[in-house]
Amino acid sequence: MSDVMKKRWLSLYVENDVGVLAKIAGLFSGKSYNLLSLTVGETEDSTVSRMTISLLGDDKTFEQIKKQLNRSVEVIKVLDFTDLPIHKKEILFIKLRALKKDEIEEVMRSAQVFGVNVCDYEKNALIIESLKTESENDELLKYYKKYYLTRMEAVRGGSVAVESVSRSER
Amino acid sequence: MKISGAKLFVKALQEEGVDTLFAYPGGMAIDLFDALYGETAFRVVLPRHEQGLVHAADGYARATGRTGVCLVTSGPGATNLVTGIATANYDSVPLVCFTGQVPTHLIGNDAFQEVDIVGICRSICKYAVTVRSRDDLGRIIKEAFYIARTGKPGPVLVDFPKDIQLALGSDEYPQEVSIRGYKPSTGVHMGQLKKAAAMLAAAKRPLFLAGGGVNIARGGDALRRVAEACGAPVVTTIMGKGALPYNHPLYIGNMGMHGNIAANTAVSECDLLFSVGTRFNDRITGKLSEFAKGAQIVHIDIDAASISRNIVVDVPIVADAREALEKLAEILPPAKAERGGWVQRLQSLRAEKPLVMDGGGAVTPKDVIEAINAQFDEPIVTTDVGQNQLWTTQFLQVKGQGKLLTSGGLGTMGYGLPAAIGAKLGCPDRPVVCIAGDGGFQMNEQELATAVCEELPVTICIFNNSYLGNVRQWQEMFFGGKYSCTCLRKRASCGAWCSNPNAQCPPYVPDFVKLAQSYGIEGIRVTDRAQIAEAFARAKANTKAPTLIEFIVERESNVLPIVPGGNALSEMVTEYKKEGK
Repeated sequence: MSDVMKKRWLSLYVENDVGVLAKIAGLFSGKSYNLLSLTVGETEDSTVSRMTISLLGDDKTFEQIKKQLNRSVEVIKVLDFTDLPIHKKEILFIKLRALKKDEIEEVMRSAQVFGVNVCDYEKNALIIESLKTESENDELLKYYKKYYLTRMEAVRGGSVAVESVSRSER
Repeated sequence: MKISGAKLFVKALQEEGVDTLFAYPGGMAIDLFDALYGETAFRVVLPRHEQGLVHAADGYARATGRTGVCLVTSGPGATNLVTGIATANYDSVPLVCFTGQVPTHLIGNDAFQEVDIVGICRSICKYAVTVRSRDDLGRIIKEAFYIARTGKPGPVLVDFPKDIQLALGSDEYPQEVSIRGYKPSTGVHMGQLKKAAAMLAAAKRPLFLAGGGVNIARGGDALRRVAEACGAPVVTTIMGKGALPYNHPLYIGNMGMHGNIAANTAVSECDLLFSVGTRFNDRITGKLSEFAKGAQIVHIDIDAASISRNIVVDVPIVADAREALEKLAEILPPAKAERGGWVQRLQSLRAEKPLVMDGGGAVTPKDVIEAINAQFDEPIVTTDVGQNQLWTTQFLQVKGQGKLLTSGGLGTMGYGLPAAIGAKLGCPDRPVVCIAGDGGFQMNEQELATAVCEELPVTICIFNNSYLGNVRQWQEMFFGGKYSCTCLRKRASCGAWCSNPNAQCPPYVPDFVKLAQSYGIEGIRVTDRAQIAEAFARAKANTKAPTLIEFIVERESNVLPIVPGGNALSEMVTEYKKEGK
């Protein structure tokens, strides 16, 4: 067991019921576990929801978290994605306001280079839509904050993840 | 046939074989009480406060091994259960608690007596659920009983809105349960168990540590067989007391913060700690890095989350304590090493340093508990929390499971009296004794009325030292003797702060003897050792009503030995004298 704090990924199948999100979130807060992001949505089976959770923890705490989740009646299955080949993506919107003409052009160019969409546009404002990994979105944010911090609004969706079908490593 | 939700509720209790329902009515439960009227399949008991109610159900469950069932109304009725639910949760007691709720269309409106009790209880119970459709009612009740009693038992809360109580629906109560997110572990991993068995055979100084899990699983007999087969000594936690009879030659006693020196020495010196049904909480381990330092550790527990949580173990086994011990008895190879010397050494250490209490002529708690040992035939003893509890775990001779009921995990004052009521209702043929301090007793003393009205001959012992004694002891030992808010005789006229008990202290309130008399029962005050035996004899003669005995004990007695918080188990304080005494 290592004491090193490391980022972990969990995927949970849970009952699609009132209060289940509160139960899971409460388990993290009540036991002082470090939750980084949590997303939840219905699956192909409307009675089941899928949660993707990223968290920071050492091996021992992480083992305990998995056990605590497993013993919750509302949790159907716990998958540890930490060292598995997975696809994970996060939606990020960045709204930029009060842009001058040359700034608009600059943002358009940068969006092209970074491979993100401009999904909405006005004379002096626009919205960037990015569907990338969390760390790629971190980088993107870092870039735009550098120039537009006082004129921007960022909304992040948190990551969703799914196991790979073809790759053994990622 | 279509029946109301309330009628299905009553039918469900019948089908679950409930014989006692602990219930307190109110606006949002009135339809359920209407459906209960005239019921003959089970007894409906009306305690005087919902906290007393849930502790009584808890005492019933611990004493009988069956599930305790509570019914209260919404709002304050529900919130008054909270401490009792947490108490049951930390000691793994199976309860099903029904709370009335405002009609579903009013939920969220801040209606009269509405609280989100499911939200409040989520982190202190095994499972909590609101019934949102009459169609789900039967299934939810069935699942509640199943979840409460299986796996690691615990409290389950079912929030029951008034419109669902009234709604007509199927009269079917399901026979089968299938919950996709809840599969309690069954069976034992034989590979791991064989590994543990081989270690046990090879160990020079093996030691069994039995926790509450052994008692919950009723695994004492299997433990005895295994311990005898390999000649290994046994120590218990407070919750594990009784797992091996007190007088068994392999039993060394309780370990932990207030364990005896032989038991704590055994833990520190063993080379294999074979632990069953304990979660190694801080009162058990002392300083973690020093705990069983030279030993390999085997840990059997029904709850995977309890394993390697506080103590990293070498061989984890997720299993029911009794099942694992029974399987172990079948496969245990003969011991390779001679253990006689090990057991003998521990037993002589225990004999050399017996637990003593010197009252200087006054009544000591030890005198009282020894009188209980002598005068009652395998009683069920409940305790409150604090010194009364610790002395009981030190001096009470417990033989078998469900005989010592105490709030070990949460440490809930006010538990003793209501738990005794529940225990007596569950086990009417066994003598039931409650041991409480003068502080904790006052937290649920209203339950005297319940004991009287249910005609329950429980013997209530109050150790009156006029202090919140355990905190006072810590203040004396670790806080320079500043008795901050622990004296129960202190009045406004004493001045702001006082740390000097003396003969001029104002009289104690309440007068417990008069209090007993006001409930129409016998109250006895014992101030001299010579009066103890007679007091108990009189209590035993009251066969239809409780008896209250107040023992005036020395004000500043301490529980010794003690492992001060954060110390290793080997660093026990065995003697302590107050400065200037």
